[in-house]
Amino acid sequence: MGTSAEKVMVLDEAISRYVGDGCHISIGGFTLNRNPMAAVYEIMRQRKKNLHCYAHSNGTGVDELIGAGCVSKLDIAYGGNGKAAPTCIRFRAAIQRGEIEFEDYSNYQMSLRFHAGAMGLPFMPTRSGLGTDIVNRWGYSKEMRAKDLKIPNKKLAVIDNPFRGWCGASKVILLPAINPDVTIVHVQKADKFGTCRMEGLTFCDTEQAKAAKNVILTCDELVDAEVLRKTPEANQIPFIHVSAVVHVPFGAYPTACYNYYDYDPQYLSQASKFAKDDKLYKDYLDRFVYGVKNHQELLDMMGSERLANLAADKRTGYATNLDRR
Amino acid sequence: MNYTLREMMTIMAAREIHDGDIVFCGTGISMLAAMAAKHINAPNSITFFETGAIDSRLEEIPLAVSDSRVMYGAASNSGLLDAFATMQNRITGDHVIGILGAAQVDKYGNLNSTSIGDYYRPETRFPGSGGACDVASFVPRCIIFMQHEKRKFPNKVDYLTSPGYLDGPKGREKAGLLPGGPTAVVTNMAVMRFDDQTKEMYLASYYPGITPQQILENMEFSVDISRATEAVPPTERELKILREEVDPQRIIL
Repeated sequence: MGTSAEKVMVLDEAISRYVGDGCHISIGGFTLNRNPMAAVYEIMRQRKKNLHCYAHSNGTGVDELIGAGCVSKLDIAYGGNGKAAPTCIRFRAAIQRGEIEFEDYSNYQMSLRFHAGAMGLPFMPTRSGLGTDIVNRWGYSKEMRAKDLKIPNKKLAVIDNPFRGWCGASKVILLPAINPDVTIVHVQKADKFGTCRMEGLTFCDTEQAKAAKNVILTCDELVDAEVLRKTPEANQIPFIHVSAVVHVPFGAYPTACYNYYDYDPQYLSQASKFAKDDKLYKDYLDRFVYGVKNHQELLDMMGSERLANLAADKRTGYATNLDRR
Repeated sequence: MNYTLREMMTIMAAREIHDGDIVFCGTGISMLAAMAAKHINAPNSITFFETGAIDSRLEEIPLAVSDSRVMYGAASNSGLLDAFATMQNRITGDHVIGILGAAQVDKYGNLNSTSIGDYYRPETRFPGSGGACDVASFVPRCIIFMQHEKRKFPNKVDYLTSPGYLDGPKGREKAGLLPGGPTAVVTNMAVMRFDDQTKEMYLASYYPGITPQQILENMEFSVDISRATEAVPPTERELKILREEVDPQRIIL
């Protein structure tokens, strides 16, 4: 929630103000596209702990947060990251070692949970998942659910269709709403008040933002409000939802940002290689995350030639013929 | 004609796609199969991604369903809520064919893509459902890609992530699901299908050089092999298009 005041601040201030230890958080994007990576790395640098993270398929960012030990609870649909990591590596390790508590849902179910949160409803129904272990097996214990008032008492509920088989449905699953303390989204364009425009797929970012108590927007371009107000129908999140706006060019790097730059296949596959070994991963964090003061320093380390190579082609919105082997 | 196993699997799956189908694509070989079908046997099929892109103009192979390559030239770019609603909605959902992969499949086509071993402290954790459970719940036809190995065809899946026919005939109906279930399992050795009456998997065709017995040796449960015939390998035309137009960069092939 935000007023019409200007909200531009630097990233470390936005993170320290709105991301506290133990807070409930969601990040935008999907696997290797438009993850708010600058913000993710800043959360890691600030050594945030015990985050309860809500994710549909937010691959790159969520895996880094888990790897750095920032996450203790995770509601998730998909911990994979395309070719570089069919199963996210630190996510897999954390679950196999019992280091985080987790609850499995599907992508649609997580999207509906954010949607319910954005709509102020306690739950949303779907026909997806009936008869599966997503319904039958619960990750969080009943005791934990009873103790923690920020977690609903049930993972989900199956009810008979109260409208006597209307639309051919005998039963539906009800999924509890999510209202994160903070959602962080990286967008192509925002103004200083927080109105923003995403280009290409919006994934579930709009619902995640509107469900959250606070929204941090990072943007590749900070534009004049008039630019966005000229075609308001192309804007998804108006300023009233937003608490902080941070101008971060290449803020989704190493993930992609449609019409701006592609994902960095080299970075992603190298990070996956490091992630497979605890010692190498620690060295990776020390060098690429903790070893830099901010996102710009990471970009400087990569070098302008490498970044120029990722620049989106004006016609296609991605880096045509990029070496992605 | 020489061809690789990957090419064989891609073409076997592509042939399952009918002209006019809306094809729900995942990543990797499933994306390749959808693109192959569009180039070869189903020019009017429509690629469709859970991220919200419909009828993308795929000039390059996307590495993930969120890849900017699925956004270019699409009929519309929306988001997850719209994409899954398109499948849950019978008006459009009945025209969708899903392509899925999994770590395990049982004789009723139920899929596990979550974990092997104890759910809480698994031996191996996989990514989880993603959109797979949603697709398998909603759409009438599904193709499943699998590797033929004993542990991947168990009597019982360790975790039932995505519904096939559940416990057999009427299983989906009893659970409250829409009619549907897998139509074909395309593996590195064979194509399996499901009996109309029993909903149990059977061997439909085996690849040249593979015997039905070898296939049974790579499964924990047994299947009917009496209906099996040798599969027709990829034709010269199919291979040419696959190599030259679908994946010329050899990203997946």
